[in-house]
Order: sequence, then C-alpha cells, then structure tokens
Amino acid sequence: MKYMLLIYHDEQGWGAITEAERQQIYADYRKLREELVSRGQFVTGSELQPIATATSVRVRDGKELVTDGPFAETHEQLGGYFLIEAKNLDEATSIAARIPSAQTGTIEVRPLVETAAEASA
Amino acid sequence: MSSCLCGSKCGTLHASLEQVFREEYGRIIATLIRISGSFDLAEEALQEAFTSAVSKWEHEGTPHNPGAWLTTVAHRKLLDAFRRDRTRTDKQTELAFKTSRLQPFVEPELAGEYPDDRLRLIFTCCHPSLTREAQVALTLRTLGGLTTTEIAHAFLLPEATLAQRLVRAKQKIRLAGIPYEVPSLEIIGERLSAVRAVIYLIFNEGYAASAGQSLIRNDLCAEAIRLGRVLCELLPGEPENMGLLALMLLQDSRREARVNDRGELVTLEEQDRSRWDAKEIEEGVRLVQAALSLRRVGSYQLQAAIAAVHAEAKTADDTDWRQIVALYEELLRITTSPVVALNHAAAVAMSEGCERGLSFIESAGAGGKLETYYLFHASRADLLRRLHRLPEARAAYERALSLTTNHVEQNYIRRRLEELTNAGEVGYAGPN
Repeated sequence: MKYMLLIYHDEQGWGAITEAERQQIYADYRKLREELVSRGQFVTGSELQPIATATSVRVRDGKELVTDGPFAETHEQLGGYFLIEAKNLDEATSIAARIPSAQTGTIEVRPLVETAAEASA
Repeated sequence: MSSCLCGSKCGTLHASLEQVFREEYGRIIATLIRISGSFDLAEEALQEAFTSAVSKWEHEGTPHNPGAWLTTVAHRKLLDAFRRDRTRTDKQTELAFKTSRLQPFVEPELAGEYPDDRLRLIFTCCHPSLTREAQVALTLRTLGGLTTTEIAHAFLLPEATLAQRLVRAKQKIRLAGIPYEVPSLEIIGERLSAVRAVIYLIFNEGYAASAGQSLIRNDLCAEAIRLGRVLCELLPGEPENMGLLALMLLQDSRREARVNDRGELVTLEEQDRSRWDAKEIEEGVRLVQAALSLRRVGSYQLQAAIAAVHAEAKTADDTDWRQIVALYEELLRITTSPVVALNHAAAVAMSEGCERGLSFIESAGAGGKLETYYLFHASRADLLRRLHRLPEARAAYERALSLTTNHVEQNYIRRRLEELTNAGEVGYAGPN
C-alpha cells in the first residue's frame, strides 16, 4: 500500500535552531531517505517552503479566488512529506516514527486511495 | 443471548446451537477473516453457516465437532462468494488483508486442523489507531460474538450509534491497512497493554456501570473474564495477562456481596464475606501466586495481589493492611496514577489511622488532580466523618454526590448524609 506521511512541525522552532543542528537533521533525513530508496519503499518526498510562501485557491460560482496564506492557521505547519510504499499501517507508522521531525512535531499517516488495478497487482 | 438465531421457536437444538455460537464464534470468525481478508465477508459467511446448521442439524443431529463443521461450511461459503465475485474486480478493493487470500479448500475431515487465529484478531481489534470505544465494540462483536444489540444494550447506547461505530472501525481497518497479524517483538509489549486495557475496561464497565440503575452488569464481567482466559490461553506464561485474569476473578468474587437486597452499595468492610465466590477466589489467588513467581511484576499483578489479601481475610478486621500498604507502595513505584495514590492513602488510614490517611489523601489530590473524581471526595468524606469533622464531611459527601450518575452510588452517599444528620449516631466502622 502507498502511504503519505505528512510532516507537521513548528516553523518558528525550525527557524530558531542553529545551523549545525539544522545540518544534522538534514543528514538524518538523507539517511532515512537513502534507506527507503534501497528497500524500494521511497516513492517521492520533499521539504516545503515555509507557509509564508503559501497561496490558497478556491473556485466559487465559476469565479477564481486566490488568497495569501495556507488553508488553515494551525499550531504546527505542514513542512514536508514522504510518499512511501509499506505493507501495512504498522510498517508505515514505524517509518513515520523514524522521521527526524517526529521528535518535535507530528507525522500524519494517510493511506492513498488505491485503484482496483493497483490493489490486485 | 436473548433471541434465537433461527428466528423461530426454540428447541434443544437451538439451545445447543446458541452455546456453540457463543463458544466458537471468536475462533471461527478469526480464521474466516484471515482467509477472506475481510471482516464483513467473514461475518456474512459465518451467518450463512449458522443458518445451514439450524436446518441440517435438525435432521442429522449435532455433529461430533460443531465448531469444525461450522468453520468448514463457512469456508465453503466464502469460496463460493469469491468465485461469484471474481469477475467483479472492483470488489477486490474491499479485501483488506492481502496475504493468504483464497487458501486451498480444506475437506471437512481435515477441519480439526484449523489454526487458532484469535491472537491476531485481538491485536487488530485493539490496534492503537482505533479509538478506545471502537476497540471495545469490535472486540466484543468479533471475539466475544456479542450482537450489536447486546453491546448497545450493555453500554446504554442507541443501537444505531454502536452499529455506526463498528462500520467505521471496520472501514478504517480496511482502508488504512491495519494489519491482521501478531505484532513484531519490538511493539508487542505495548500492544498487549492496549489489549489488557480494553478487556479491563469491558470488565469495569460491567462491574461499576458508569450510569444507570444497576451497579453491576454481569454479562460484561463474564465476557471480560472469558476474554481474559482466552488471552492467557493464547499467550501462556505472560504474568501480566495472568494478573489481569486474577484481578477480574477476585473482584468478581465479591459481586453478590457488593449490593444488598435493596440494591444498595455495600462497602468492602461491611460485606457479608460468606457471599463471596470461593471458587473464583481460589482460582484468582492461585493465578496471582503463579504470576508473581515469574518475577516480572506489573500493575495488574499488584492490583490482583491486593485483591487477594482482601479475599483471604476472614473478616474485615483480619485484613492485613500493612501488606496492602506495601503492595500499593510497590504499585506507586510503577505508575503515577493519582487514583492509585488515593487507594494507597485509604489503606494507610486503615493501617496507621485516619489522621495519617487523610494527609495522604490530601496530597494525592494536590493540584486538583482528583477534583472531579467521585471516589476522591467519597473517601475523603469517610475519613472526615470518622475524625468527627462533620461539616467538612458533609461538604465532601455533597461534592461526591454531584459527581456520580450511578443511582446505587448516589443512594450510598445519601444514606451517609442522612447518618450525618443524626450526628450523634455516627458510626465508627474502622480503626480510629
């Protein structure tokens, strides 16, 4: 099954740490990513630019509304994601627990909707 | 079970079918879920097998091994369903567990060899990604074989609410890919705690019903004890599982003495100990001793040991309060629960006097941790009463009264309040 691991963290906290600490966290991320790649479980993933860069789009009555800012103001912000292949939820959560930001933030694990063709593959 | 499965008039056959249903349901459904990969398909197939059994057994008599017969027939129904659905690929997405789908057909004479799949079923039902309410409902429905109606009744919920809860839980298992397997060694300890918590919650819901007229709903207690036995049987030599079963048995042994003929709550010290269930006590004490001898102590074992000390006292005055205090101290070392601290304080009151007990109660409740806990105020009130601090006792009883919705508990507090009104007659039931 495919799972989206949504990485929520406190952006301000991320901005407040030292450069050395940040480099260490990036190194931990790279290590996890390489391991997932080598096991064929990494589909894609990326860090996101901060929410200050976010734009929200809505179409109402055929009219396009473009506004500044994220979908919702939250205590922790979506800062990145991993799309992984895992055999079940337990494997997905054990990978999520190894994401460096799980130490301070929250990883939301969401299964992808599978089409019939994928499910029987 | 109140209504018969066949929906018609009940005879001996149906009574025996009911019994088979109750005893075998969890085991059969666990196997069918493994084979089919779906809770719903498994339930349907088992229901069909039961329907077949009603007509077949009437003519041919109950088979030698009814559980195996039902498993085999239900297995065949599943395979029929698979064959029917093979062309409809969209159906495939409804199968949650992809392993071992479409197992080779097992002939009836080999049916005795079906493995026990209940362990994986327990872990799936009590998976941490399900809410505690969903875990409880799913465990009772699948492992316990209780109907939706029965579970709804036991928890005083509308049937539609419970049915919805089950549908959502099964949907999450399927869509989120909650595994149908015994967890790996790294996480099994944690998962087992969740399983025990679910079973003990079912027991407590039955033992001290949180609302309603009847303090004890025996069916839930019996079901929790049965599940506790299953857990001990499936994972033998796990001391906390034994501790949990022992604890439930020892608490349940006091059931008859806990409420009097007028439906009033009777405290431990006032209970008629001849009404305690000697068989349950004997089994509980034996289990807790066996568990403690394994030298991996845990909170259920300690709570069971405390219950065993009470159970072995011939009269309330014979209670070895020193030992109980020591066991609570041990318990406080592994949990930080304010409720345990409260019970420890109550034991200190019995062992070292009300004054000292009260000071422990006050520190257990420090920082308002127990402010909304009925028993905190009730225990505090009892000690204040015994210390003759009557206006404070009254205030504490009144606070306790406002915090419980259970009629039996409410009546108990009202009785105490009445006694306070006749202040001269305040009794001293314990050492002072």
